Amino acid sequence: MSLFWILLLPLLGTVVPLLTDRFGRTVCAFATATLPAMALVLVLLQVPAVFDGEAVVATLPWIPLLGLELSVHLDGLALLFAMLVLGIGLLIILYARYYLSSKDSMGLFYAYLILFMTAMLGIVVSHNLLQMWVFWEMTSVSSFLLISFWNHNTDARKGARMAMTVTGLGGLALLAGVIMIGNIVGSYDLTAVLSSGDLLREHAAYPVIVILVLLGAFTKSAQFPFHFWLPYAMAAPTPVSAYLHSATMVKAGIFLMARFYPVLSGTELWFVIVSLTGLTTLLIGAYTALFKHDLKGLLAYSTVSHLGLITLLLGMGSDMAAVAAVFHIINHAIFKASLFMAAGIIDHETGTRDMRRLNGLWKYMPYTATLAMVAAASMAGVPLLNGFLSKEMFFAETLDQSSLGSLSWMIPVLATVGTAFSVAYSLRFIHDVFFNGEPVDLPKTPHEPPRCMRLPIDILVALCLLVGIWPALLIGDLLAVAASSVVGGELPLYGLYIWHGFNLPLLMSALAMTGGAYVYFNREKLFTFQAQFPEANANLIFDKSVKWVMKQCAVFIEWFENGSLQRYAFLLILFAMVLLGLPLVDLDTTAGLRSQIPVDAVMLSGAALLALSALATVIWHRRRLIALLMLSVVGLIVSLAFALFSAPDLALTQLSVEVVTIILLLLALFFLPQSTPKESSPRRVARDLTIAAIFGGIIGTINYALITRPLDSISDFFLDNAKTGGGGTNVVNVILVDFRGFDTLGEITVLGIAALGIYKLIARMGLFKPTSDDDGRPWTEDKHPMMLSVISQGLLPLALLVSAYIFLRGHNLPGGGFIAGLVTSIAIIQQYIAHGVDWLKDRLKLDYQKVIGSGLLIATLTGVGSWAFGYPFLTSWYDYWTWPLIGEFEVASAIAFDLGVYLTVVGATMLILANLGQHTTTERARETEHQ
Amino acid sequence: MEAIFAFCVGLLTACGLFLTLRGRTFPVVVGITLLSYAVNLFLFSSGRLLINGATILGQSEQYADPLPQALVLTAIVIGFAMTAFVVILAIRARSDLGNDHVDGRNPPGAGLPSDRLKEKN
Repeated sequence: MSLFWILLLPLLGTVVPLLTDRFGRTVCAFATATLPAMALVLVLLQVPAVFDGEAVVATLPWIPLLGLELSVHLDGLALLFAMLVLGIGLLIILYARYYLSSKDSMGLFYAYLILFMTAMLGIVVSHNLLQMWVFWEMTSVSSFLLISFWNHNTDARKGARMAMTVTGLGGLALLAGVIMIGNIVGSYDLTAVLSSGDLLREHAAYPVIVILVLLGAFTKSAQFPFHFWLPYAMAAPTPVSAYLHSATMVKAGIFLMARFYPVLSGTELWFVIVSLTGLTTLLIGAYTALFKHDLKGLLAYSTVSHLGLITLLLGMGSDMAAVAAVFHIINHAIFKASLFMAAGIIDHETGTRDMRRLNGLWKYMPYTATLAMVAAASMAGVPLLNGFLSKEMFFAETLDQSSLGSLSWMIPVLATVGTAFSVAYSLRFIHDVFFNGEPVDLPKTPHEPPRCMRLPIDILVALCLLVGIWPALLIGDLLAVAASSVVGGELPLYGLYIWHGFNLPLLMSALAMTGGAYVYFNREKLFTFQAQFPEANANLIFDKSVKWVMKQCAVFIEWFENGSLQRYAFLLILFAMVLLGLPLVDLDTTAGLRSQIPVDAVMLSGAALLALSALATVIWHRRRLIALLMLSVVGLIVSLAFALFSAPDLALTQLSVEVVTIILLLLALFFLPQSTPKESSPRRVARDLTIAAIFGGIIGTINYALITRPLDSISDFFLDNAKTGGGGTNVVNVILVDFRGFDTLGEITVLGIAALGIYKLIARMGLFKPTSDDDGRPWTEDKHPMMLSVISQGLLPLALLVSAYIFLRGHNLPGGGFIAGLVTSIAIIQQYIAHGVDWLKDRLKLDYQKVIGSGLLIATLTGVGSWAFGYPFLTSWYDYWTWPLIGEFEVASAIAFDLGVYLTVVGATMLILANLGQHTTTERARETEHQ
Repeated sequence: MEAIFAFCVGLLTACGLFLTLRGRTFPVVVGITLLSYAVNLFLFSSGRLLINGATILGQSEQYADPLPQALVLTAIVIGFAMTAFVVILAIRARSDLGNDHVDGRNPPGAGLPSDRLKEKN
């Protein structure tokens, strides 16, 4: 469990700086450092176990059904990176305390920094690939926040955006690669993946996986051709550059390659891509670095070049090269972090980073100059420093490979050339800044920084020296254990010595040194040569390509999603048709074995009427009133069909809904045009007719195939238990209010919400209120016919009585809340039609919203009531009581539930119709007032 | 009879779909209503067709399948609520946009004013 705390402590630590910001800078810095320091202690406590080769893994289930679990581990590689991330992170916290000005929000900066630290730690200790990917994305997001920390600065915003876009795209590629790996291996667990090397390498999808994973790694680690974002990320505050762009963020890509090294390397494809990319990056970075006048720009390209070097090592394929890669990861992190911090101090104390103005600083800050010179010498690979050792190993490995066949000699030569440039730019960093005359026009008079601001550099530079002199003693074990988890097995024999004797690598070093010195002292010629080329501004190119992509997307969306609902409906139906139609092709016989009902004349004429009226609806659909009348015939026949096929409840419901629907649509016609213009092109009509006919054919076929096959239904359960369990003989009603009561509750809720939504839609509507129909005839003055008024008034009590009867008998005979509610609604609507809204307003004081509300409340309370008796939600209860005069009568809790249904249905229907209807009346009333 | 029933369901579907693909709101609403008849009949028939049966215990020797009936019963009521919602949406769209095309604007080149409301007033 303590393993999880390694991640949890920094995660908790993100809020600490925000809380302690107000207590001053020093308190804030120390408080921020506390939790990461504890995490570092936890990591160090695991060191003996990791060195002994124990599997240090901790797992928590997360979504077991999907095979997802939270899982962290510490192997050699993870241990090394965790120490780098936490150790250098602590130094950065100290450094940033002095670097940030009082104008910067220190709490926010630290919060972003610790968030990034957590993300980076998460990548290295994740034992599950998907989990690792989540942290991977988290580093992209948090580095975006860090790079754009000075967000008033355009360059910072642009640089952050570019870094985010490039690494984010790489992250997507990585996700695809990870998912493919997970699918092939059958698990995202790292142990399982790492033991499936042969399976992955022999799989047909291997090239795709390698390219996707490498895309993720190359974008993150700024490898050619994705290296352009790193120099622009230098707009970040220097502590960020020192942390992200030396030891952590850009090393994540290297880490990824090292992590997958045991399973993905070892093939021609891997060697060619990785080694050539690394070599190109090494050369381009080293060459470009020399020409950068900006101190951090030089360091950025130098980082690109060193990352290329590590990538090249990982692409060589020998175990020894992997050891050298891990060694250089450590060394580069140490000297580059200190160099960035030194550059930050110079910037801080002089006010500029332009090397054309920075000269002769030795006189002003000898201590800092010494530290920077030692670190730069390590970068150049000077003996007695750690950079020298890994560079020698690198040279030895370039000599010992044959990846390019007979052209393999090119690699050591090009490596020497690259290193010569590395020496040259390191010399420039030393000579141009600290010597070479007097400073030019500095904004500030330089002096030494505060003691503690230099402390992190002291520590790192001391490490450069110590590791350079006693390599085996200091990091021999760590290197071995980390390298062995990269190689995935036994390491070759090697020695870490301060001196390897006179050999070819040493000669290459000497050549690089002299070459580099020569290049530097003759740099004016090179600068003139380079000045002939226009400098490619990656920012402009990037902006242009982003704009181009956006434009292409816009064109595509314009074409694909043009805002036409008609078109979407067509595409949707077409898609559904293909999905439904294809399986039917495999169905051999349409008709099933079930015995069919014989046809008689009544059925036949009903079907004919239905078909004719449906067709008439379509044919006359432009004359809307006629179409509506035809539609009502269809609805009527449908309810008759329900009655015929043994579904009296459905027939009653359909019939009453039919009445309400037609009245609603008639009302709608008042507000909408009464005819449809003829506007579809013949081609479109033909197209729609075709697709409709085919779709109808498919549905009919499916239906026929379905109903002619024997049925094995679960309904016997309901038939058996309706009486004994639900206390009713109308099984449909018992299902509604008892077995599936929760569904019904949901459905009446939807009904209520729909009605309220309609109420709101109508409420603020500037209605289109015509005074005449489309042909210019005014509406009739004969508002409420006398006959209708009188008869409907007399009918009302009768209708309500029928509705009460239907409601009460519903549990045992066709009826129930839904139907009774609809019948009541129709009875009230009839009054509206016969007398008008104004007449009814004084007589029927019902707030329909409250009716809906109380209906839902009653239904819910009935359900909740069973809790009081210790039963699950909506358990029903019933008993038989003998009432005087009436006799034995069943009382069931379900009837209360049905009452809720009834009230909701009445409220919803009336809220819809009365609300819309009253607009016709008030409008006409107002019209008369105007006249 | 099953064949006739299936034919009717298919025909209702086809008619409903054709109207659903029209450009004006009212035919679309009518089309959706036809389509919902078809859907309800289809779902109902998944309990198979039975004549002279019942779902009332003790009333008949043959029992119809009550489960699809219960589902369709609520579907009819919800269908009404949804139709009502679409109708009101159509009315609202006409009052806000000035036309009753489903795309919210009259198709270009049809010779129709893009804003009928203003013209009327």
